[in-house]
Amino acid sequence: MSAKPVIATASLAGCFGCHMSFLDIDERILDLIELVEFDKSPIDDLKTFTRPVDIGLIEGGCCNAENVEVLRSFRKNCRILISVGECAIMGGLPAMRNTISLKECLEEAYLNSPTVAPKDRLIPNDEELPLLLDRVYSCHEIVKIDYFMPGCPPSADLIWEALTALIQNRSMKLDYQLIKYD
Amino acid sequence: MPDKVKFTIDGQECLADQGVTIYEAAKANGVYIPVLCHYEGLKAVGSCRICSVMVNGRWMASCTQPLSEGMVIENDAPLVNEYRQAIIEMLLAEGNHFCPTCEKSGNCELQALAYRYGIMVPRFPYQFPRRKIEAFPGFLLEHNRCIQCQRCVRAIQTEDGRKIFAMKDRSKDIRINIDRKLAAKLSEDQIQKAMDICPVGAILKKGVGFIRPIGQRKYDRQPIGSEIEGEK
Repeated sequence: MSAKPVIATASLAGCFGCHMSFLDIDERILDLIELVEFDKSPIDDLKTFTRPVDIGLIEGGCCNAENVEVLRSFRKNCRILISVGECAIMGGLPAMRNTISLKECLEEAYLNSPTVAPKDRLIPNDEELPLLLDRVYSCHEIVKIDYFMPGCPPSADLIWEALTALIQNRSMKLDYQLIKYD
Repeated sequence: MPDKVKFTIDGQECLADQGVTIYEAAKANGVYIPVLCHYEGLKAVGSCRICSVMVNGRWMASCTQPLSEGMVIENDAPLVNEYRQAIIEMLLAEGNHFCPTCEKSGNCELQALAYRYGIMVPRFPYQFPRRKIEAFPGFLLEHNRCIQCQRCVRAIQTEDGRKIFAMKDRSKDIRINIDRKLAAKLSEDQIQKAMDICPVGAILKKGVGFIRPIGQRKYDRQPIGSEIEGEK
C-alpha cells in the first residue's frame, strides 16, 4: 500500500474534454502531485495497472466492447470509482445515437452520407476494431459507480474540490455555480 | 376588507389573502414552492406534481389547492424534497435531455430544478425515446425535450382565440401537437412568448440559439426560486 492515495483515469467514449478540464486546475497540479500518485492514466501514459488504486476517474460512457473491458478493469482495480462528466453519467453526445438503430447509424455514416466517396462505401468490420455496442451505455449501467461529477466538462474547481475532499476525508463545499450539466 | 387566512409553512406562521392557492400564498410570504407545469397568469392544471406539499399529513398540489385556515404545510421537508427529486429524475430519464447541446441550457427550469435539488444522476434508467424534431417558419418543436407541461397549450392563441398547440395521444405516447396552418402565422412576439414560457428547450425560436454566454444565463449564478426567497 502506497503512502499517498493512488489515482487512475481513463477516457472511454469521451472527447478528452474532462481530462483537459482536469489539467485546468493549473498550478494546483503541483499541490496534487504532493497529495497523490498516478497509476494507469493518459496523464502519465501508464497503460496498465501496476498496483491497487484508491480513486478511479472515468470520462466517457461505453460505446464499444473495449470501453466495457477498460471500465470493468477499473472497477476491479479501484477502490472508489467516479463517473466524470455527462458522457460517463448519461452517455452524453455519443448517446445521441441511442434513438437510432446501430444499423441505420452505420449506414448513414459509411454508406449514404453525401460526404462518402462512392468507392469508399464500406462499413468498417476489421477484427482489430472493438465491436460497437447496440447503444451507448452510462458507466453505472455496466459497473457500480460510487460518485458522479456532472458537467460538460465538470469545471476544474469541481474536480479539484471533489478530489481533495475525498483525499482529505472531508465533506465537499459545493457552491451553487460548481454543479452544471453543460 | 376580507380577513386574512392564517397558516404555517415549515413551522413559519404566515398570513395570506382569502381565495388564493397554497403556491400563491407561499410566494406572498417569500417561500418558494417549485413549479413546472404552472405559470403565472395561466389556469393551473396540476399535472406535473412538482409543487406537491404535505398538508396536515396529505399530499396536495399547491398550484391548484386553495389555501384554507389553519393549514399546516410541509414544503422544504426531507420527504417532500425526496419526492420532488424523484419527479425531476423521472423527467430527466424519460426524455432525451442532452444539456450540453441544448439551446435552453442555463435558462431551463427543469435543469435549474435539478441543480436546486442537487441531482447528480437520475436513479431511473434513461429511456432514450425516439422522438421527432419539427420545423416551422420561425421556430422548432423539439419533442425530445418536451415534458408535456401544457404551458404552450394554454398560453399561445391566435388573435381570435384559437389554440395552436394541443395534446395528442395518451400515456407514454402523449405529445404536443400543433396546428400547422396557424403555426405558420405566429408573429415573432408570439414565438418569443412560446419559447419563454416553455420550461425546457422544446420550443425554440430560430436564429437566437446560445445568444447569452455561459455565466450570464438565467440560472447560472442564482438557484431557481431565489427571486421569490429574496423578497422575504
